Amino acid sequence: MTEKIKKNRVLVGKPGLDGHDRGAKFIAQALRDAGFEVVYTGIRRSPEEIAAAAVQEDVDAVGLSSLSGAHMRLFPAVVEALAKAGAPDIPVLGGGVIPEEDIIELKAAGIVEIFTPGTPIDTIISAYRDACEKKSTG
Amino acid sequence: MTIDRLLEGLRQRDPRAIGRAISLVENGDESAEIILSSLDENLVSQATILGITGPPGAGKSTLTNEIIAKLRHQEERIGIIAIDPSSPISGGAILGDRIRMMQHATDKDVVMRSMATRGRLGGLCATAGAAVRIMASCGCSTIIIETVGVGQSEMDIIRLADITILVMAPGLGDEIQAMKAGLLEVADILVVNKADCKGADILAMDLEAVTRKGSATPTQVCMTVATEGKGVTELLDRIDKLDSEHRDSGERQKRRRGAHNQEVLDWCLEILRPQLLDKIIKRKLSVLGDPRLKAKKILEEK
Amino acid sequence: MAKHPKLAEWEENELAKSLSRFPERKAKFTNHGGDEIPRLATPETIDEHYLDNLGFPGQYPYTRGVQPTMHRGRLWTMRQYAGFSSAAESNKRYRYLLDQGTTGLSVAFDLPTQIGYDSDDQMSIGEVGKVGVAIDSLADMETLFDQIPLDKVSTSMTINSPAAVLLAMYVAVGEKQGVAPKDIQGTIQNDILKEYVARGTYIFPPKPSLRLITNIFQWCGQNTPAFNTISISGYHIREAGSTAAQEVAFTLANGCTYVQTALDAGLELDVFARRLAFFFNASSDLLEEVAKFRAARRLWARLMKERFGAKNKASLMLRFHTQTAGNTLTAQQIDNNIVRVTIQALAAVLGGTQSLHTNSKDEAHSLPTEESVRTALRTQQVLAHESGVVDTIDPLAGSYYIESLTDKIERDALALIDKIEESGGVVKCIEDGFIQRQIENAAYQYQMEIERGERIIVGVNKFQIQEEKKPPLLRVAPEVEESQIAKLTEVKNNRNNEQVASLLTRLETAAQGDDNLMPFIYDCVKEYATLGEICNVLRKVFGEYKDRG
Repeated sequence: MTEKIKKNRVLVGKPGLDGHDRGAKFIAQALRDAGFEVVYTGIRRSPEEIAAAAVQEDVDAVGLSSLSGAHMRLFPAVVEALAKAGAPDIPVLGGGVIPEEDIIELKAAGIVEIFTPGTPIDTIISAYRDACEKKSTG
Repeated sequence: MTIDRLLEGLRQRDPRAIGRAISLVENGDESAEIILSSLDENLVSQATILGITGPPGAGKSTLTNEIIAKLRHQEERIGIIAIDPSSPISGGAILGDRIRMMQHATDKDVVMRSMATRGRLGGLCATAGAAVRIMASCGCSTIIIETVGVGQSEMDIIRLADITILVMAPGLGDEIQAMKAGLLEVADILVVNKADCKGADILAMDLEAVTRKGSATPTQVCMTVATEGKGVTELLDRIDKLDSEHRDSGERQKRRRGAHNQEVLDWCLEILRPQLLDKIIKRKLSVLGDPRLKAKKILEEK
Repeated sequence: MAKHPKLAEWEENELAKSLSRFPERKAKFTNHGGDEIPRLATPETIDEHYLDNLGFPGQYPYTRGVQPTMHRGRLWTMRQYAGFSSAAESNKRYRYLLDQGTTGLSVAFDLPTQIGYDSDDQMSIGEVGKVGVAIDSLADMETLFDQIPLDKVSTSMTINSPAAVLLAMYVAVGEKQGVAPKDIQGTIQNDILKEYVARGTYIFPPKPSLRLITNIFQWCGQNTPAFNTISISGYHIREAGSTAAQEVAFTLANGCTYVQTALDAGLELDVFARRLAFFFNASSDLLEEVAKFRAARRLWARLMKERFGAKNKASLMLRFHTQTAGNTLTAQQIDNNIVRVTIQALAAVLGGTQSLHTNSKDEAHSLPTEESVRTALRTQQVLAHESGVVDTIDPLAGSYYIESLTDKIERDALALIDKIEESGGVVKCIEDGFIQRQIENAAYQYQMEIERGERIIVGVNKFQIQEEKKPPLLRVAPEVEESQIAKLTEVKNNRNNEQVASLLTRLETAAQGDDNLMPFIYDCVKEYATLGEICNVLRKVFGEYKDRG
């Protein structure tokens, strides 16, 4: 059969109105340099737009970033939008200025991993890799 | 997703199924064969495939976005395949073309897919071709392939298109000079985008002059300001006119055949590559001696 | 040794004039031992090179400062950026800050306000009152400045795309307090170009956005002459990850674009240029930052004089606000942030800032608490009253390193400005993503140096500890969104809706033509038309800008 080249594909985007994309762009670049294909959707996206793009691009994971404090509303909204778009299996990871007690709640709402400022990039990359691989085999 | 559910999804034109089907082909999965042989060939042969190429910064994505908006106005279902280069070092890629087209993200009749070149030589042509067929079979009457016009693999992809549009913009510098020769030959329509910027008229005249040299009918240049949607209606009229001319004259069929042959060739290489590599490794070849001769020997043996 | 004639000239002219109008803070500045601290140290021999490149403070090219006495005359304005939740909540915080000795207000608006959405808009979900105060109509603005006299306090407002609307509301509140427009003081950020590249709160495409900015320049020139009409901001460009030289380059290139646009609209350079203000970042590389401020001042003066032919001295002066670098704050061992902020604030003071915001130690976790805001303000007060660096002007001048770095930053920035110019100008470089890519690459490189441990961030990639105690958090209650929507509904029920509709239609017609939109917007806000209603009218006429990535 033909050559098999499965690549990890992820979507990185910013839901809500926050325009600070330094972190999101850094994650996108770092994932690229770790061999991922990264669909970058930019700032100020609605959860529905992010979910629709994730489905069309058939990504293995979605990464979100929010620094405006709106994560409690927006991150779970993306999880819901994915389920509604028929892709409840695509894992969602998130990052930003997020207090510890919110992390517990966000995980309960289905976000698989949350990264806060200062998390080493290797930790983040391997979390994405795990999420992608788990999704492919699952 | 089981293959049966996937095929059913494709019949339903479900975005999830379309996305997955393209991935399976792109990843060289065994199920690709079943998927690709289940498609509606009639729809595939009717669809119009547009190639949009040009240097970085010319405004291809913004122009594509405007074309989508106009075509959606005519209630067409549209497919977009946006191709970005993979990093030669890591093999990863940032696929950022969607950013400029996010306004159509939740439109069910805009099917978009970003693709990385994955460092393949001809293979990209095979996978992009398959994506075109999947989209067409799922009802997309126009499919746009957008790619940066540099590098051999990008040039090959353009051969899949029925009509190729080359987008340029003033002030992009020397790289244009380098590209002119190759890309001008394959372009059916030339677009000078950012027509409101200094140097646009001169660029248009230069381009016309270059095309005049090679042919009796110089390629007419379309002027657009994609960020404001200006000139896009005229461009679409030109595309329509040329498309029907090509359909009448048989040019379209000729191109399709050429593209098809190219795709078959690419698939041959796709299939052969792992088999050959396997053989080569098994032989434990010595590093001495002529590689070309060794290749011939391997190919000759049955 | 005889005094250099140029120095004597400066003393007799600029300095004497300034002293007669604004006496220095003390009659005599002395150290602990009683020695007098000189106002200005100069090289033993003042040569042409010194006069061309440094000059004396308050003198072209303003390398040593824009005023002849600098911080000996008046300290910088201690202006803490604040605002969250509702107008009433923020009003309380402002009055607390004024009680604690801040000398100017700086309003943070929430994201829906910054992007021109009312609190009940679908797009506002989850964001109401989060990063600043929610303002939907004049009613909120009245609450925000309740019992704060607008003729006594100068207010800076971080608002860009809908700046015209918020400015109109501010002036209207002033009028209700009995303060004439000509007496209001402050600054409106009004800098859309950096929003496209670094901050993201744009609404309209560049062309109509620049028109609105020019409208504000013109209207303020006639109505609020003491108000700074723009704060051309490098702060966010630096926060997005640019280098120091890029910060200067992109900021001044944006500045040149605003100047050119206003000139093209027929405004007179020496009338509007004196109300242009700047806003820079102060990061932790102390010496580089000091050199950066000096280089920016000199380069702007030269650009204004040589490229635009400005004649009025005030048009040549780069006056700036500074904020310490938010991106350097760590979530780990947050007390270390106080030290970082101190170094950064010191850089701003040594660099000759006109006003300063110091960040609070807990901002990598959430909005700052009242206590941490107080410490941040105290940091400025310690620098002002205890450090002694304010008693002599531009104290780092003449250091081989500082001067050569000042030259280098000016050179690098100018090269970038010229490159942008050659590539068709700022707007085109934004649409191409050229500027964004430059910033992105610099940010990536910097972050990778941290990841590889080549750059040490104390407490993050070295000297880490296990932390048990979590800082107290300030949260915006989720009910804020509901109550804000309720207030908005009430406003809509109690105003003259027919009048509002007709004023909005007038605004729409005006937007389609070439009139200055400020008077139309002013009429709308006075009748309690909402921010969202006004911006939606403009969206309809102008269209919306799409992210270029």
